[in-house]
Amino acid sequence: MSYIPIADQKEEMHDPHSFVAKYVWSMDHKVIAIQYGTIAVGVGLVALVLSALMRLQLGYPDTFAFIDPAEYYQYVTMHGMIMVVYMLTALFLGGFGNYLIPLQIGARDMVFPFLNMLSVWVYLLSVIILMASFFVSGGPTGAGWTLYPPQAITEGTPGADMGIVLMLASLAVFIVAFTMGGLNYVTTVLQARTRGMTLMRMPLSVWGIFVATILGLFAFPALFVSAIMMTFDKLLGTSFFMPAMVSIGETLEHTGGSPVLFQHLFWFFGHPEVYIVALPAFGLVSDVLSCHARKNIFGYRMMVWAIVAIGGLSFIVWAHHMYVSGMNPYFGFFFAFTTLIIAVPTAIKVYNWVLTLWEGNIRLTVPMLFACGFIFTFLHGGLTGIFLGNVTVDLPLSDTYFVIAHFHMVMGVSPVMVLFASIYHWFPKMSGKMFNVTLGKIHFWATFFGTYAIYLPMHYLGFLGVPRRYYSMGTTEFLPESANALNANITLAAIWVAVFQLVFIFNIIWSLWKGKKCDGNPWEATSLEWQTPENPPAHGNWGPELPTVYRWAYEYSVPGVKADFVPQNIAPEDVETVDGKPYVGHED
Amino acid sequence: MSFFKSIFEKPWNYQGDDPNYGGLEIGEGLHPKRIALRMFLAVVFVIFMLFIVAYFIRMELEDWSPMPESNLLWVNTLLLFICSVIMQWTRAAARKSLAQSVKYGMVAAGAFTLAFVYGQVSAWEEMNNAGYYLASNPANSFFYVLTGLHGLHILGGLWVWTRSTFKVLSGAEVKAVKLSVELCSVYWHFLLLVWLVIFALLSYT
Amino acid sequence: MAFVVAIIFLVIISIALQLFTPWYFQPIASNWTGIDSTINITMWVTGFVFIAVNMFLAYCVYKYRYNKDRRANYEPENKKLEIWLTGFTAIGVAALLTPGLFVWASFVNVPENAIEVEVVGQQWQWSYRYPGADGVLGTADNAYVTHENPMGINPADPFGQDDLVVEDKEMYLPLNQNVHLLMRSKDVLHDYTVAPFRVKMDMVPGSVSYMWLEPTKAGRYDILCEEHCGLGHFVMRGSVVVAEQAEYDAWLAEQTTFAETQAAAVGNAQAGAANYAVCSACHGANGEGNQALNAPKLAGQQDWYLRQQLKYYKTGVRGTNPDDTYGAQMAPMAATLVNDTVTSNVIAYIESLPDNPAPETVSGDLANGEALYNSTCSTCHGDDGTGRWKVHAPALAGMTDWYLVRQLQNFKSGVRGAHPEDQLGYQMTAMVTALADDDAINDVVAYINTLK
Repeated sequence: MSYIPIADQKEEMHDPHSFVAKYVWSMDHKVIAIQYGTIAVGVGLVALVLSALMRLQLGYPDTFAFIDPAEYYQYVTMHGMIMVVYMLTALFLGGFGNYLIPLQIGARDMVFPFLNMLSVWVYLLSVIILMASFFVSGGPTGAGWTLYPPQAITEGTPGADMGIVLMLASLAVFIVAFTMGGLNYVTTVLQARTRGMTLMRMPLSVWGIFVATILGLFAFPALFVSAIMMTFDKLLGTSFFMPAMVSIGETLEHTGGSPVLFQHLFWFFGHPEVYIVALPAFGLVSDVLSCHARKNIFGYRMMVWAIVAIGGLSFIVWAHHMYVSGMNPYFGFFFAFTTLIIAVPTAIKVYNWVLTLWEGNIRLTVPMLFACGFIFTFLHGGLTGIFLGNVTVDLPLSDTYFVIAHFHMVMGVSPVMVLFASIYHWFPKMSGKMFNVTLGKIHFWATFFGTYAIYLPMHYLGFLGVPRRYYSMGTTEFLPESANALNANITLAAIWVAVFQLVFIFNIIWSLWKGKKCDGNPWEATSLEWQTPENPPAHGNWGPELPTVYRWAYEYSVPGVKADFVPQNIAPEDVETVDGKPYVGHED
Repeated sequence: MSFFKSIFEKPWNYQGDDPNYGGLEIGEGLHPKRIALRMFLAVVFVIFMLFIVAYFIRMELEDWSPMPESNLLWVNTLLLFICSVIMQWTRAAARKSLAQSVKYGMVAAGAFTLAFVYGQVSAWEEMNNAGYYLASNPANSFFYVLTGLHGLHILGGLWVWTRSTFKVLSGAEVKAVKLSVELCSVYWHFLLLVWLVIFALLSYT
Repeated sequence: MAFVVAIIFLVIISIALQLFTPWYFQPIASNWTGIDSTINITMWVTGFVFIAVNMFLAYCVYKYRYNKDRRANYEPENKKLEIWLTGFTAIGVAALLTPGLFVWASFVNVPENAIEVEVVGQQWQWSYRYPGADGVLGTADNAYVTHENPMGINPADPFGQDDLVVEDKEMYLPLNQNVHLLMRSKDVLHDYTVAPFRVKMDMVPGSVSYMWLEPTKAGRYDILCEEHCGLGHFVMRGSVVVAEQAEYDAWLAEQTTFAETQAAAVGNAQAGAANYAVCSACHGANGEGNQALNAPKLAGQQDWYLRQQLKYYKTGVRGTNPDDTYGAQMAPMAATLVNDTVTSNVIAYIESLPDNPAPETVSGDLANGEALYNSTCSTCHGDDGTGRWKVHAPALAGMTDWYLVRQLQNFKSGVRGAHPEDQLGYQMTAMVTALADDDAINDVVAYINTLK
C-alpha cells in the first residue's frame, strides 16, 4: 500500500494576503466554516425571535393584536424550516464539518476548496431568498414547515402566492449548496486522511459528520424532487400532488393528484434529515465527553456501527410520520417495526456515553456541562419517541403538543446543547482565546432548566389533547383554566431561555475581543486539531509537514504513560512512560 | 482494505510499525475528482429514481392517460448513443496522448450532444403542437419534467465539456485534459443510461 | 455537585408531574382501551429507563468527579456488557411494540356490523352524511360540488338520494354500536379528532380514509381539526354527541335527505314582495338600509347568508344576547316569516332589488386598513370583498359601513358570535382579535369602502 499525498495539496495552497481574499472570498476551510456558522447563527436568531412571538400568542391569546392568525402561521412555518434546515443542518455540517474534518483527519484543506467557497455563497443566496419572502406581498408561506399540498399552494393559506414559491426556490438553492459541500466532505474524508489515519482511528465527530453528509446527499434529492413537482403544480397548473378540489370559492382545474405522494417524498427526506442533524451531534458530543472525562469513549466500535446502522435504518422509517395521514394503514405494521428497531442502536449510544463517564475522571467544564446536559435531554426526547414510533400510541398523540415537545427535546434542545458544548469546546481553537467561564455556566444553567421548563409540561398538554398549530384555543370545553395558565408559564420559560442566549452572544463577542489568550491544547485533548503548530491554525493547518498518526483519538489515562493523554501524532518513542520503555500500544 | 472489513478493527490495539499504515483504503489511487463525480452521479441517480417511483405511484391513479410515442425520440436516442461512443473513443485517444484525435473527438461529441438537445426540444414542440400540453395530463407533465431535467443535466455537462474543449483547441497538452476527458465520458455514459431508462419508462407505460 | 443535584431534582420533578398531573388524558369514551393500556406499558418501561439511566449518570458525575491524583480506568470496550445491554434493550422494545401491533391490527380491520357514517371536511367547516333507509351511502366526488350540492353527492346515484345530509357543526353517534367513519375532504388535508375517542385520521382530498370505533360513553365532545388546513385551522370546530339509540334515531329523523335538499322550492320573488313589506319599514323599499333605524343594507347580500341569519334570529342563536339591542328588535320580525317557503320567497325578492353601493360614513387610515384586510379578512371575504359561499363569508363591499363597524365591535365584545351553536360567529370572534381597537376597525371598514 503506497501513500499518495493527496492530503498535501501544495499547489492548491496559494496563501492569500489581502483582507478580502482572506476573509471574504476565502477558500480556507476554517474561514468558510466561520462564515457558514455566522450565517447559520444569524438566521437562527431570527427563528428564535419568531418562536418567542409564537409563544407570546400561545401563552397570552387575544393580548397581542399585532400577531394575527396569518402572521402566526408564518412564524410557525419559518421558525421550523429555518431551525431544521438553515440553522441546524448548516451549522453542523457547513460549520463544524468544514472546521473539523480537515483538522481532525490531518489534511491541509478540503479537497475542492473552490467548490467549498461556492457552497457557502450559494448557501447565503438561499438564505437571502428565504428572507426575501418576508418582504413580498402576502408574506412568507404559512403552510407549516412540512409544506403539505394542496394547502401549501392554495388560497386560504398565508403566503400561498409568492411566499411558497420563494420557499421552494430557496430550498432548491440550499440543496445545491449542500450538495457542493457534501461532495467535498465525503471525498475529503475518503481521500485526504493523513498517514496512519485509518477509518477506525478517526474521531467520532468525523464519523458522525461523514455519515450525516452521505444521508444528506441521498435524502435531499427527495425534497428537491418534491419541490420541483410542487412548483410545477403551483406555477404551471400540473397535477402531480393536486387532487380535484373546491378551493375557497372555486373549483380548481387540477385533477387526480396525490397529496399523500408528496408526504411520502417529504418524509423520505424528512426523517433522514433528523439524523443529518443528530449524527453530527452524536459524534461531537462523544468527543467532548471523552476528552473531559479523561477516558476513552466507551465501545468505540459499537459507536461507529451504531452511527452507520442508524444512518441506514433512517431511510426505511419515514412513514412513521404518516400513521394517521390516510395512507394504507397496513404500512403501519412495517414502519412501527423498523422505527422501534432504530431505538436499539440509539439506546446503545446513550449507554456508551454514560459508560464513558463511569470510572472516568470528570472535569465539569462548561462544554462538559452541556454534554452531560445533552445526555439528559436526549434520553428524555428519545424515550418519548418510543411513544410516537409505536403506531398505536401515536393515534391519540399525533398532531398534539406531545409531538412538539418530543421533537423539540430530541432534535431541538439536544442538538443545541451539543452545539453549545462544541462551540465552547472548540472556541479556544477557533479564536485562540478562552471564553468567560462564569458566563458560560450561567448560560448553561439558564438554558438547561429553562428548556426543560418549556418542554416537560408541554408533553402533558399533549396528553390532554391540545392540538398543535392552533393560533388560539378559543372556547374549548375540555381545557381546564389551569391548562391556559400552564401555557402562559411555558411562554415565560421560553422568553427566559431566549433572553439568556444573549449571555452566550455577549460571551462570544467579548471573549473574541478581550478574552484571555490560551495555548493550543487547553483541554489536553488527543485528536489532531489540538496539535496544530499555530493556534488558531494558520492557512494550510500543519506548517511544512503533515502530521503522522500513530493511534486512535481516545488515548486518555493510558496505564504506564505519565501524562493522562497521548496525542494521536506523537511518535511512540516520544511518549514519556513511567518505566522509561518506549510506548507501543496495547494488545488485547 | 474494504470498508466493511476495516470497521471491525480494534483501533486501540498496536497495529504494526508501518508509518504509511492507514491513509487510503477506499478507492485507492482514485483521484478525488473521480470519487466526487461518482458520488454526484449517485445523487443524480437518486433524483431520477425518485421521479420514477413517483411516476409509478401517480400512474395508478385514475386520471392518467399515456402519451403517444414520438419517433423523434428514437432518433435522439441514436444521437446520444453516438455521443457516448465518441466520448469513449476520445477517452481512449487521450490515454494514448493522440492530441488530434482528442480534438476531433471532443468537438464531434459536443456537436452530437447539441443535436440531441435540439432533437429533444423538437420533440417537445411536436407534442405541444399535437395538443399534449404540460398540464393537461400527469403523463404529459412527467414527460416534460423528466426530459427537461435530463436535458438540464446534459447542458450542465456541456459546461465542463466547453472548458476542456477550449483547453484542447488552444493547444494544451493532452495530459492536462486527460482527466476531464475521462470524467466527461463517464458523465455522458451515465446520461445515456438515464435516458434509456426514461425512454423505456415513457415508451412502455 | 450542582449538576448531580440538578439531575436528581429534574428526575423527581418529572416523576411528580407524572404522578400528580392535573393534565392527562380525558376519560376514554370509546372501545379503544387497548390504546390506553399500550400507553401505560410504554410509560412504565420508558419511565424505568429514564430513572435508571439518569440515576447512573448522576452517580457517575458524582463518584468520578475530577481528582488530580486519580486516573480514569482504561477500558476501550466491554463486549459482554454491551451484548447484555443490547439484548436487554431489544427485549424491552419488543415488549413495547407487540401489544401496540395487536391493537393496530384491530384498528385497521373494521367489524362487519359497523354502521357507516361519512365525515366531510372543508376549509373550515365539518359536515356529515348518514346512509338513509337503504343503509348505503351514495357515491360522491368533489367534481359534483356546487352551491346547491355542497357535499358533492353524485346526483345520479340512487343510493345517494335518501342519504341524510347534515350541514351543521354537530353530529350524533349511537352509544355502544360500532361506527365506521368514512372521511373525505373537499379541499385540503384535515384531520378528524375527538380526543376522548383516542383515534384520529386525516382526510385527504381525492380519496376516502377511514377509522372505526364504538362510542362507550354518552356525552358531547369537541371535534377538532388536527391537520394544518390554512388560516382558519384553529377555528375548524365541530362537536359529536354520543346518544342512546332512541335519542339518536330521533335526531336522525329530523335530518333532511339529499333528495329533499335538491327539491327545495326555488324562491318566488313576486310572492316574496308581499312579505318584504314588513322588512321595508326599516331596511327600505329597495333594501338599501337605514342608519337612523339601525337597519343594514340587504340588497346585494348573498342569499345563503340572509337565510342563515334569519334562521339564527328565529332559533335564538342571534338576537338573544342581552346587550344586543338591535338584534332583539330583529328577532320578532324574523319570526313573521312563518316557514321555509316564505323565507325563500323574501330572499328571492331581496336578490332582485337593485344593488347600489351604500353611502360612506366611516373614515380611517386606508394603508393600515388594507394591510389588516389583506392579512386576515380577504382569505374568506375575497380580495374584492364580495364574499364567498364556499367558506360562508358574506359580502362586505358596498354594504352599509356603519353596520360593519358595529358588527365587528359586537364580535369583539362577544355580543355576537358567542352562542355555542354559532360556529360561523365563533370563527369571526377568533379573527377579529387581529383588530386591536376601534381605530383598527374603522381603518379596515374604510378600506372595505374602497372595494367597489
